[in-house]
Formats: sequence, structure tokens, C-alpha cells
Amino acid sequence: MAINISANSKLWSFPGGIHPPERKAPANLKNIQRFPLPPAVFIPLRQHVGEPGELCVAQGDYVQKGQPLTIPGVDNGLPIHASTSGTITGILEHPLNHPSGLTGPTICIQPDGKDAWYPRQPIADIDTISQREVLQHLQAMGIAGLGGAGFPTARKVAGARNIDMLIINGVECEPYIVSDDRLMREHADEILAGSLLLQKLTSAKQLVIAIEDNKPEAAAAFMQAISDLQTDTNSANPVVKVVPTRYPSGGEKQLIQVLTGKQVPVRGLPADIGILMQNVATAFAVSRAINHGEPLLERVVTITGEALQQPGTAWALLGTPIEYLLQQSGFKAEEIKAENKQRVIMGGPMMGFTVTNLQIPVIKTTNCILAPSQQELAPAQAEMACIRCGACEIACPASLLPQQLQWLAKAKDYDGLKQHHLGDCIECGICAYVCPSQIPLVQYYRQAKAEIREQAIEHQKSEIARQRFEARQARLEREKEERLAKHEKAAEARKAAQEARKNAAAAGDEQDPVKAALARVKAKKALQESEGGTAKTEQKDAVAAAVARAKAKKAEREASEAPANDKKDAVAAAVARAKAKKAEREASEAPANDKKDAVAAAVARAKAKKAEREQLAKLEAEHKNDIENTQDATNHKGDDNS
Amino acid sequence: MSFYIASSPHHHQRRTTAKLMQLVLFAMLPGFLAQLYFFGWGVVFQLSLAITVALAAESLCLIARDRAPSSGLQDNTAIVTAALLAVSIPPLAPWWVIVIGTLFSIVVVKHLFGGVGHNIFNPAMAGYVLLLISFPVQMTAWMPPTGFATNAPSFIDSLYLFLFQFTSEGFSLEQMRRIDTGSMLDAVVMATPLDHLKTQLGQGATLSEALQHPQFIGFAGAGWQWVNLGYLLGGLLLLQQRVIQWHIPVAMLGALSVCAILGSIFAPDYLPGLNIHLFSGATMFAAFFIATDPVSAATSSKGKLIYAALIGVLIYVIRSYGGYPDAVAFAVLLANLCVPVIDQYTRPVTYGHNKEAG
Amino acid sequence: MSWFIGIMALATIALVAGLILGFAAIRFRVESDPIVEQIDNLLPQTQCGQCGYPGCRPYAEAIANGDELNKCPPGGQATIDHLADLLGREAKPLDEAHGEEAQKTVAVIRENECIGCTKCIQACPVDAILGAAKQMHTVIADECTGCDLCVEPCPVDCIDMVPVATKPERWKWQLDQIPVNVIDASKSTSAESASKAS
Repeated sequence: MAINISANSKLWSFPGGIHPPERKAPANLKNIQRFPLPPAVFIPLRQHVGEPGELCVAQGDYVQKGQPLTIPGVDNGLPIHASTSGTITGILEHPLNHPSGLTGPTICIQPDGKDAWYPRQPIADIDTISQREVLQHLQAMGIAGLGGAGFPTARKVAGARNIDMLIINGVECEPYIVSDDRLMREHADEILAGSLLLQKLTSAKQLVIAIEDNKPEAAAAFMQAISDLQTDTNSANPVVKVVPTRYPSGGEKQLIQVLTGKQVPVRGLPADIGILMQNVATAFAVSRAINHGEPLLERVVTITGEALQQPGTAWALLGTPIEYLLQQSGFKAEEIKAENKQRVIMGGPMMGFTVTNLQIPVIKTTNCILAPSQQELAPAQAEMACIRCGACEIACPASLLPQQLQWLAKAKDYDGLKQHHLGDCIECGICAYVCPSQIPLVQYYRQAKAEIREQAIEHQKSEIARQRFEARQARLEREKEERLAKHEKAAEARKAAQEARKNAAAAGDEQDPVKAALARVKAKKALQESEGGTAKTEQKDAVAAAVARAKAKKAEREASEAPANDKKDAVAAAVARAKAKKAEREASEAPANDKKDAVAAAVARAKAKKAEREQLAKLEAEHKNDIENTQDATNHKGDDNS
Repeated sequence: MSFYIASSPHHHQRRTTAKLMQLVLFAMLPGFLAQLYFFGWGVVFQLSLAITVALAAESLCLIARDRAPSSGLQDNTAIVTAALLAVSIPPLAPWWVIVIGTLFSIVVVKHLFGGVGHNIFNPAMAGYVLLLISFPVQMTAWMPPTGFATNAPSFIDSLYLFLFQFTSEGFSLEQMRRIDTGSMLDAVVMATPLDHLKTQLGQGATLSEALQHPQFIGFAGAGWQWVNLGYLLGGLLLLQQRVIQWHIPVAMLGALSVCAILGSIFAPDYLPGLNIHLFSGATMFAAFFIATDPVSAATSSKGKLIYAALIGVLIYVIRSYGGYPDAVAFAVLLANLCVPVIDQYTRPVTYGHNKEAG
Repeated sequence: MSWFIGIMALATIALVAGLILGFAAIRFRVESDPIVEQIDNLLPQTQCGQCGYPGCRPYAEAIANGDELNKCPPGGQATIDHLADLLGREAKPLDEAHGEEAQKTVAVIRENECIGCTKCIQACPVDAILGAAKQMHTVIADECTGCDLCVEPCPVDCIDMVPVATKPERWKWQLDQIPVNVIDASKSTSAESASKAS
């Protein structure tokens, strides 16, 4: 069971895979640049799995670099931070960094240029505090996986128990992308420090750093960093493992298979086979967060493609609009014409998505912005019929049957797709890359996956709706029974009362109750007269106006439903409309505003309610008095009698 | 201006179906040239007419099915089907044979089953079988290889035979053949070595007796051995270009070889040996060009091995015990029928689904 | 005599086969949900009553008793096809008399117009409206099935049926439906887009 990897130990292989042109050259030649601060940063509230946290700043606030902007909600998400100091100019709907091009709530910060830090709290020695506290710190620093889907690192670490091996993924197999490559070359020591921290946190027995063999400089940098390290501590045993270049060996599952020969079980996690994987950039961020107290505020982004004059890598603040990065790299948006079919791709050529709006911000998972020329990456040609050549199946790294899946997806056979394990597709794009018929297979799979997910959600929702409906039916039934029972009881009570009254009548004094009732009626009338004038009429008017409006609308609807036939209806509607208008006018005599009306009505309602309550109290009091009086009287009488 | 929206991957291998088909046609050249050399001009006429008919039929079918004809014609699959059928039938068969065969291949076998990618059967082989059982006389009238012929038909004679079934001097094919072969052996009315063997063995002759025939100069019958070597060369080219995978040719030839070796061990007198099986008839052509047709073959690698081995065994069985001298077409069609079952049981284990993973 | 043997043989075979079948029917019976349950599972549970029955379950019972499958507009053609699959009946197009397949909607109360009459609360089949007499009401959007039933009873007509907005996490990869963002070639500043976005 125990896997032991040394620098020379055997490597395994995964099925399929391809060798697309790498084209990493122009971007990985320069050091990581640092551009001036952008004119504005846009920080979307929701950047991770789960619901966004609760805002803790408002428009107009001044925020410092690294200041948290949200407090995570119940689902234990990550807070977001201001990536530079400045003023919040708005919290608005802004295009999201998402293939759909939809918008979402976003905090817009105008930098003040000072880049002033919020107080930082590094952890001096992680041995002095518990693992839980360190993880809480990582969470507060907003550390998320920078290689793939942006899963919160703290949660990933917390969920993994009995870890044998921590793999730091520096494979970066997708063409064009060199962010991790540059980071490893320039900051191998810091990455190593972060990796060792992660190893300590997970108590992993082994630490393996995997690098593809097309990045010898990065591997050399790590070797150097490790040898530097071992002069002071000999306890650690990090191994740098160079794996052959083949797309997609950087995928989590594929890399595990290459390094250990094992497969992550379906619906399972690498932790199930004692493995935890983190990206090199994540390890770097962990080190910054623990050793320097810096939240995740920036990341390395590769900005490349032949449409740019100066391709390269850059430290980009989270929230930087990609237009700014492209401009700094020599992208002339105004020269682009529609017939060029210019694409701006978020991510690499295999898995990235095209964007329609350059205002979208850099987020934690943005590793590459690619602006290819048309000659470089020719747009896909028209789809042709599948000839069942099986090239996709040979190349599929997940050993799926892409061609079968494609037929099923086209036929919308979602059960069949599930049987053929569509869910295990990693959307690496290889099948569509090798397809001689230019079928956009991945697109079909994505749509089918979305549809399956949607159906699941819908089914769940309808299940809840059914439960609620049944609960309601049961409640109505129960209420009905209760009501019946109550009526019966009331009837009995009435009967008893009648009986009692009869007895009382038999006793002989009936004048007094009648008198009391008469007095009550009188009192009521008097009260009504005294109060009704002001509040009540007003409220009544408002209600009347609303009702009239509704009636008018209804009438209108009816009139429009039977158009030619009934002129009468139309006339009636018109009359009703006029009436409604009149009523409305009357209701809003002085102030013409709807809202004011509503407020007035509400106030009136409140007043009326109060009046009513008072009236009721008074009546009750009077009634009591009456009774007491009569009782007194009877008593007197009794006295007299006696 | 606006940005272009596309789905990932944004990079594609520049190898389209049309290009693959071009490569297949190109790889057929060596075998085709050998056929041209040994069997005369007929094969050229067959090929030209077949391609013309195939393209016309393809266009009409696409129009009838409400598709743009250009889209279907661009992928070159119709041309490949036509070429495969054209080199399979006797070079001097009358023109209407190839027309019927091509029409059947394209219209019935391909388009009635749903067009490219949907046909269950290999169109060329289905067309061939239709012709073979409908016109047995025309379909077995192979000319002897030119090396034997005392008066091989000239270009003009070939064209006349192809169009009118008579040479310019008024001889029919049958008469010509009698003249040809009559000079060497009396009343031998058979053409292909396999056909000859079948008849001889059927008449009670032993294998060595049957092989006495002058047709069997060389290792697998004059002419035919070179045609087979030509297709082998083309097939290796396809392998090298990665147009086809090794699985099908290797499995098919392997299974056929195993059967042939076993046969010659147990019944050396009555069953032809390995050389005859591999290099006579349409063996190489089938292994590299027919069985590898992706549409009607099994999909997974394991499935391809089973599928091709099945073809190999069937070829051997039909050749040795069946009613037809060569059996490629029947074997391929029968294996085509088994493809859905093979595919069902050879699905690769998806990542994470094997038992060991846990 | 031979005809008698024939009949006896056939009868014996029939008897044995019948016994085996009968035994198998009892021994290997597959416990499945009653058909009404299965039908109800396929219905969208909007409880809207557009089919003419007071809720999805009553309609499921009606279908089981032979009513038409095509009376459910919220479920649309997909539901009809699934029902047809389940019951082995012919899938018909949606019966227009019961309504058209429309986009999913959710009810929203214009809260400053609500007079607190509770009529919508009584109409809601899934108890998705919150409020009390003379208090403002509101719809629990997550629980609303978009059935439309609360709109009619409202005396002041303050309930709107609003199409459900697509969220990024439930987007279905319809690349062709992404609005093409035409960028003004002259200049597009971030401030401009910010104002556009708001």
C-alpha cells in the first residue's frame, strides 16, 4: 500500500494523451513583470464554490490593501479582500469571469496609488498553535487552489486524513501557459517553504514536487532550493520528480496515475488513496499567508498570443480588468476587426473559454489570458459527420468512449450518458482536438452535463414542492377538523349558556342585561362618531382606491380577452377605470405620490388599529363597569330585599 | 468590433476526414498499379466509372435527405468506397456491374442507413457481395495475369469489352479466355488461383497436384502475389502515417496465419499453406483497407483485435470449407454484424472505475 | 387415439409451463412503486392545476386511470415524452387548451402595494408565501413553483410572475446565446463599462 517515490523510481503512464504544440517560448523568456496599478479593480463577491459571504463594507468606504470585504457565511466559504488600497466607488453588477458572460455583484475599488497595507498578522511558528487555527488563518487569508477550480485550500487540507503523500503540482501541461514555470524559476525557495508548511499541516510522510520535463530550469531551481534547505534541516525529504511531457499529465487524476500508478476511485478524492495535491502557486500563497500574513491578493498570469506585441507573465492584482493587462502587453483592441475572428481566451487553448467583454476581472483561478492570431490557432471548421474512427477513444485520458458519448449527447439520452460515465469526463478537450470531423465534442458534453445537473436540481425542487404541497394538504385537513371540533364545542357552550340563561330567567331578573346591551350600543355609536372622521375614512379611501384599481385592471383584462364582441365591457372597463382614477385622486388629495399614499394608508391603518384597540378597551371597561353596576344594583336590591 | 465566441479546445489537429481519405486513396496506389500491370486497363475504367457514379449518387442522396451536397462530397468517403469496390471486381466486367454495385453501396448500404458514420456494413463489401451473388459469371471472370496471356487485350479492346462485352474484333471475354488459356491447358475456365485451387481440390486432387498449374509460379500465384505486396506496402504507409492503428491488420493476418499453419500441419494435402492464404486473393487488401474501415469496425482497441481476428478466422473457414474461393467480403460482413456485441463487451474501464482503484 | 395423446401432451406442457410461470411471478416479483407514484415522480410538482386537477398527484391518478398525458404545460414536451415512455403510450404534443410551455417564472409581490389580505397565501399550493393578515406578504422565491395561482386572487394585482434569471452556476453552456458584446472601437474605458453595468 505504502507508495515510496524517489528521484529515480519508476513512473507509470495514463492511457491516451496528446502532444499539442507547446508554444511556451515567447512568454517564458522574461521575468514576471509588475505593471503599474490599474485604474480600477473589480472584485466579484462570489469567487468560489458556495454562496458569497456577507458584505462588511459599503460604497464610499476607504479600504486598505488586504482588508477583508466580506465575512464568510454559514457554508464556511472564503472572504474576499481588497487587492489594493483605495475607495469603494460602487457595489454593482459587473461582467463575471465566466464563460457565460453573465454579470454578478462586484465591488469596484478605485486605487489611491498608495497600496497601503491593512495590518498583517504572520504566524511566527506554526508548531505553537493547533492545526485548526492554522487552517482558520489560511481561510481568513482567502487561500484557494490556484491550479484548477479554486477550491478553498483550508477545506481541502482539513478534509484529508491519513495522507501518505503530498504532491506539489508544477506540471503545467497545457500549451502556452507558463505562470507556474516562471513562478518556480523565480520563487522555488518560497514554494518549497509553502510546500513544507502544507506537509506539516497534512502530516504527509512524503513530499513530491512534480514538474514536466520541458521545464528543466524550474526543476533545477527546486533542486537548488532543496539542497540549500538541507544544509540547515535534514528532516525533510522532498523529491523533485520530472515527468514526461504529455497533455494532460497536469490533471490531478492523471498526475497521480503517472506518479503512483493508482487511480482515484470514482466519486472519491485523492485523499481516499492517501494523496493530497496542491498547485505550486497555492504552495507559494500558503507561504506568503503564514510567513508574511499576506492574503491572496495577486497571482501570476500569463499574457500571451500572437495578437500581443509583448507576451509575458505578470503579477496581476485580483480584480484587474483583463483589458488593462492586455493593453500593457501590447494588445490593440481598436485595430481588431470582426472578420479577424479575434478571440480572447481565458485559460489555455485546450480548456480555456472565450470572453466577450474585456472588463472581466482577474480572479484566483485566472492563469492565462491568450489572444491568438487567426493563423496561430485557426477557428474550428464546420462540424462534419462522425466516421467512428476511434481517434478520440485512443486519446481519451479517462478511458471513456467519447464517440458513444457524442451520439448519446446528441440524442439527449441522459440515462445513457450516465451509464457511459459522462461525469468522469475531465473536459480536457483532447477528443475534440484529435477529431478529424471537427466535432466540438467537449461542448456537447458540457451541455449534457449542465442538463443533467439541471434535471437533478429540478427533480430535487419538485420533490420539495411535493412535500410542501402534501404538508399543506395535511394542514388544511387538520385545520378543518379542528374548526369542526371548535364549532361543536362552541355549540355546546352556547347550549349550556342558554340553559343557564333560562335558569336565570326563571329566577326572574331579565331587565338588567337588556339595559346593559343598550348602553353598550350607545357607547359604541358615540365613539364611532368621535373618531371615524379622520383616520378611518382615509384608510378606507386608500383601500377603496386599490380595490378599484384592481377591478379596473380586471375589467380591462376581460375586455381585452373578448375584444370585438363586447363593447359594453370596454365601456364598463372605461367607467371602472375612470372610477378608479377618481377614487385614487380622492385618496391622494394633497400628495400625489404613490409611496406617500401607501405610507399614509399604513399610518392611517395603524391609527385606526390603535383607535379600535382603545375603543375596544374602553368598551370592555364600560362593560365591566356596567356589570359591576348592575351587580351592585342587584346587591343593593338584595340588600334592600333583605 | 466584437470578440469571437468559440468552445474549447481552441486548437485542433489539422487532420480532417477528407485528408485521411486522401491518404487512404494514395496508399492504394501500389496495389492499384500492380493490378493495372497484371490485369490490364480494365481496372482504370472500373475506377473512373465507379467514382463518377459514386459522386453522383452521393450528391443525389444528400439532396434527397435535405443536406448540402458539398458537405458530404468534401469528406471523400464516397470516392474511397467507389475505389475499394472498383479494384475488387474483375477488371473486364461489364460497365453495368460496377454501376449497380456502386449505386447499391452508396444509396442502400450507406445512405439508407443514415449516411456517413451510420452504416452497419462496409459499403464496398456489401456492394461486392450483391454483385457476386447476382452476377456470378461476370464476377468470376478474372483475366489471367498478363504475364500468361498470349494476347492481352489492348486499351481499345479493354474499353470495348468494358462497354460492349466484345472486343473490336467481336470476340467475347469468354472466347478470349479460351484462346488465352487454351494454349496452355485445355478447357481451364477459371481465373484466380484461389478459385482454381477450390475447384481442383473439390474434384479430388491433392494440393500438390493443384499447385502444378502454371499459375502458381512464385510463392502465391503469379500476379496476385505482387498485387498483395502492393497493398501491403500501402497498408504499411497508412500505419506509418497513423491513419490506421496496428490492431486490425495484425489481428486479422495473425488469426489467418495461425489457422493456415494449423491447417497445413493437420491436412497438408488438402489445405493450402500460409503463403497462399496471405498473398493470394484479397488478403492484404482486406487487412489494411477493408477491415480497417472505421465506420463498420469495432471501436475500442480490444474490440478491434477481436473483430479483426474474427475476420481472419472466417476468411480461413470460408476459403477452406465454404462455397466461395475467396471469402473476404463475406467474412467482413459477418464480422460487421458482430460489432455491436463486441463493442458492448469491450468497453474500456473508465478512470477510477476499476476495482483496484479503491 | 393419437389425437388424444397429442392433446394430452399439449395440455401437460401447458400445465407445467403455467406452473413455472406462476411460480416465477410470485418468487421473482420485482417490487416497484405503484404506477401512480411513478407518474407523480415525473410530473413537475408545480401544483398549478393547469391540467384541470387540483394538483399533480390527482392528475397522476387520472393518468393512471387513462387520462391524456399532454395536459401539463409546466412539464412541457419532456414530461410528456417521459410519461409516454413509462406507460408505453403515444407521446402527443402538448394540449394547447391547458396552456403553453413557457419559461420558468417565479412570483414576486410588489411589497409597497400589498394590503395584507392573505388571499394569495391561501391560494399558494406549496405555502411559499409568507405573511399575516394586514401585514405585508412576500414570496419565498426558492420554494415558489411558478404556478401562477396567487396572481388571480390578489385584489390589488400586486403579484408579478418574473422569469427566473440564469445564474452562472446553472448556465447551460449555450454559447450561441451569449450576447455579442460590440465594443466601440473608439474607446472603452472601465468607468464607462462600470456605468453600463450598473
